[in-house]
Amino acid sequence: MDMQNITNIVYLVAAVLFILDLKMLAHPRTAVRGNQLGALAMGLAIVATLASGKWDWTYIILGIGIGSLIGAVAATRVKMTSMPELVGLFNGFGGGASVLVAGSALIATFNAVGAGATAGDMQMKVATVLSGLIGSVTFFGSYVAFGKLAEFLCVKWKLYTWQKIIKYGTSLVVAAGGIWYGLSLGFSPLSIVFMVSMLMIAAMLLLKKDRFPGMNLLKSLSAAAAVAIGVMLVLDPSNTALFWVLVGVAGVLGVVLTLSIGGADMPVVIALLNSYSGLAAAATGFVINNTVLIIAGSLVGASGLILTKIMCKAMNRSLANVLFGTMGPTADTPDADEVYKTVKSASADEVAMTLEVAQRVAIVPGYGMAVSQAQHAVREVANFLEDKGIEVEYAIHPVAGRMPGHMNVLLAEADVPYEKLKEMEEVNATMDQVDVAIVLGANDVVNPVARTDPSSPIAGMPIIDVDKARTVVVIKRSLSPGFAGIPNPLFAADNTLMFFSDGKKAMLELLTALKEQ
Amino acid sequence: MSSLVMLITILVLAIFVGFEIITKVPPTLHTPLMSGSNAISGITVIGALILAGVLESDPQFNQVAKIMAFVAVIFATINVVGGFLVTGRMLKMFQRK
Repeated sequence: MDMQNITNIVYLVAAVLFILDLKMLAHPRTAVRGNQLGALAMGLAIVATLASGKWDWTYIILGIGIGSLIGAVAATRVKMTSMPELVGLFNGFGGGASVLVAGSALIATFNAVGAGATAGDMQMKVATVLSGLIGSVTFFGSYVAFGKLAEFLCVKWKLYTWQKIIKYGTSLVVAAGGIWYGLSLGFSPLSIVFMVSMLMIAAMLLLKKDRFPGMNLLKSLSAAAAVAIGVMLVLDPSNTALFWVLVGVAGVLGVVLTLSIGGADMPVVIALLNSYSGLAAAATGFVINNTVLIIAGSLVGASGLILTKIMCKAMNRSLANVLFGTMGPTADTPDADEVYKTVKSASADEVAMTLEVAQRVAIVPGYGMAVSQAQHAVREVANFLEDKGIEVEYAIHPVAGRMPGHMNVLLAEADVPYEKLKEMEEVNATMDQVDVAIVLGANDVVNPVARTDPSSPIAGMPIIDVDKARTVVVIKRSLSPGFAGIPNPLFAADNTLMFFSDGKKAMLELLTALKEQ
Repeated sequence: MSSLVMLITILVLAIFVGFEIITKVPPTLHTPLMSGSNAISGITVIGALILAGVLESDPQFNQVAKIMAFVAVIFATINVVGGFLVTGRMLKMFQRK
C-alpha cells in the first residue's frame, strides 16, 4: 500500500473519531471522553500529514510551538464568565487560518507557473474564492463579536490600556496594510476598492456606537461586490491581487454584519460564526483536495447552523431579521414611567422572609449573573435553602447570556448539578406550583409582554413565565430596559418584589439575611 | 466518478451526519459543543502545515505563500489547542457531582 493510501485511511479514522466526539458531547458523562477523542483525532490527522512527505520543518515546528503556547495560555487562564469572548476569538482564528491557507495555495499554484498561467482546475478556483470569502467574513465578524463582548468596540466610555492597544492597534494595522498593499498594486479600480475597503474596516472599528445610516445598504453592497470580485478571481486566478481585494471587501461585510448585533442577538451570531468557521475549513478542503478537512468542516458547519436555528427559534425571529432587522422600542411601546408606577422595592430581609415559607424556588439567571459573577453566591443561597428542605431549580432560557449555554457553564462552574438546570418548557409546565421565582439579571426573557402585546418587538418570543409563580423576586441594578429597549410590566406586577442591587451583592446579602432568621 | 463529485458526496453526507448527531446535544452542553466543534474547525491546520513545509526545491515554492501558511499554522494551532483545552476544562465542571 502506498503512503498516500495510508494517510487517507488515517484521515478516515480521524473523521470517525470527530463524529464520535460530537456524539459523546450529548451527555455530561461521556462528554469529557468525547472531547479527548476529538483531540486524539486531530493529533492523528496532523501526524499522518507530516509523515506523508518531506518537509522544511522550520515553520512547521515554530508555528505549532507558538500556536500551542498562545492557545494553552488563553484556555487555562480565561474566566468562565469570559467564555463567549474566547469562543468568538477562536472562531476568528479558525476563519483567518482558512483565508491564509486558501491564499497561500493560490499563490503557490499560480506564481510558480508564472503570470497568465491557466493551470489549476475549476474546483480549486471556486473553492479558493469561497474559502477567502467565508473565512474573511468569519475573521472580521469574530473580531467585532469579540470586541463587543470584551466591551471595547462600539462603546462611549473610557477604555483600559489593553483595550486601547487592541482597538487602535487593529485599526492602525488594517489601515496601514490597506494603504501599503493598495499602493503596491498601482493606481487601478481594484487597488482603490481594496484601499477603501480596508480604510472602511479601520474606521468602523473605531465607531463609538453600533449603528450608522446606510448600514443595510453597505451590507448589500459589500456582499454584491464580494461575489463580483469572486467571479473575477475564478476567471483570472493568476491575478492573485484579486484574492486580497476579495478578502478586504468580505471583511467589510463581516464587520458590518456583526457591528449592529448585541445583547440577546449575540448567541445567534456566535453560533453563526462558529458555523462559518467550519464551512471555511470545508471550502479549504476543496482547495487542497483533502477529505478530512471537508468532513470536519462540514460537521462544524452543521453544528453551528443547528445552534443558530435553535437560538433564532428561542427569540421567535428569523435569521434575516437578526442580521438585517433592528430591535428596539416601537411607537406603540408604553411609557416606562407609566408602566413602573406600582413598583414595590424590597430589602434582603423581606426577600429572605418570603423564601423562608416557600416550598419550591426557581432561579432564573440572565446576563446580569455573568456580569456580576454571582454564580457562586447563587449556589450558596440555593444550598442554604435546600438544607431547609426547600426545592430549588434553575430555569434557563435558551438565549440567556451571550452565547448558547452560557448560563449552564457558569452554574456548572459553581458546582450546580446539571440535573437541576431545567429547560424553559419544562419549568413553564409547572410554573404555577413555584412559590418564589428569583429573576437574577434577566429582563426580556421574562417579559410577559411577549405573550400579551402583539405589537411589541418581542411579541411571540417564548419566555419563562415567572409571572405565574406565586411571588417573583427580581434582582436588578435599576429599572433600565433590556436589549429590546422596552419596559417590563413584570417589575410592577402585584406579586413582584424588586430587589435593586448588583447580582452578587444581592445574593450575599440574601444569604446573610437567611442565616440570621 | 470524478474526484470533485466524490468530494461533494462526502460534504453532503457529513453535513447530514452533523445534523443528526448534534440535534441530540442538550442545551446545557451548548457552550462546550460550540467550543469543541470550534476546535475541530481548526482542522485547517492540516492545509497550513502542508503549505508551510514546502521545500525550496519544490516547483511550487514561494516565500510569500510560505509565510502566509506559517501564520495560518499559528492561527489554526491556537484554535485547536485552545479549543480542546477549554472544552475539557468546561466539561470537567459538568462531570463532577
